[in-house]
Amino acid sequence: MHLGRVIGRVVATRRYEGLEGVTLQWVEPLGEDGRPEGAPLVATTAVSVGPGDFVTWVDGREAAMTCPRAFVPVDAAVVGFVSQAARLGREFEPPPLPEVR
Amino acid sequence: MLIAKVVGSVVATRKDEKLGSAKLLLCQVHDHHNQPKEQYVIAVDAVGAGPGDMILYATGSSARQTVLTDGRPVDAVVMAVVDSWDLSGKNVYEKWS
Repeated sequence: MHLGRVIGRVVATRRYEGLEGVTLQWVEPLGEDGRPEGAPLVATTAVSVGPGDFVTWVDGREAAMTCPRAFVPVDAAVVGFVSQAARLGREFEPPPLPEVR
Repeated sequence: MLIAKVVGSVVATRKDEKLGSAKLLLCQVHDHHNQPKEQYVIAVDAVGAGPGDMILYATGSSARQTVLTDGRPVDAVVMAVVDSWDLSGKNVYEKWS
C-alpha cells in the first residue's frame, strides 16, 4: 500500500464489461513525508474520495479485488481515506493541489 | 493505470500460439497534463479502441484479467476509452472538443 493524493477525475464511458459504475481518478503518489514522489497514475476508487483528498492506494492484481466484479483489468485502486498520518512522531499532510497551466 | 494515445497497430503473424488473434495497439503514453511522454506500450485491445483514441491501460498480471487475455502471455491491456479528465478542477482533456 502507498500514500497518495487525489488530483483529478477521469471520465471514460466505453470500458471493459464489469467496470460499470467504477470511478476513475488521478492519484499522485506521495513519499513517506507526504511529498510528491513519482508520476501520477489513474486508479479506481473503492471509497468516497475526491480531488485534494489524502488516500492510501494499492497497485497490482489486488487492486481489482476492490471492484464489484473482481475479474477485471484494474492495476491500481484507492482503498482508504487518510485522516491522519505521522512519521517519527510528527504529523504530516499532503501539499496543496498542483497548479494547472 | 496510465493514459496513452493509440498511434498505430501491430500485426504479428508468427507468434506464440497462446496469444491467439488478439488485436495489438501501439500506444504512446501521455502524462496527467496531456503531454506525450517518450514512452510507448503495445497493449491488447479489450474495448474496441481505434487510432487517435485516448485510452487507459492496465499492466502486469491485472492485464490477464479479461476474457480475451486470460491465461495468455499478455502484460498490457486497454481497459477503457477516455472521454475527458480534469486536474485540480480544471479540464485538461476533452475528446469531443
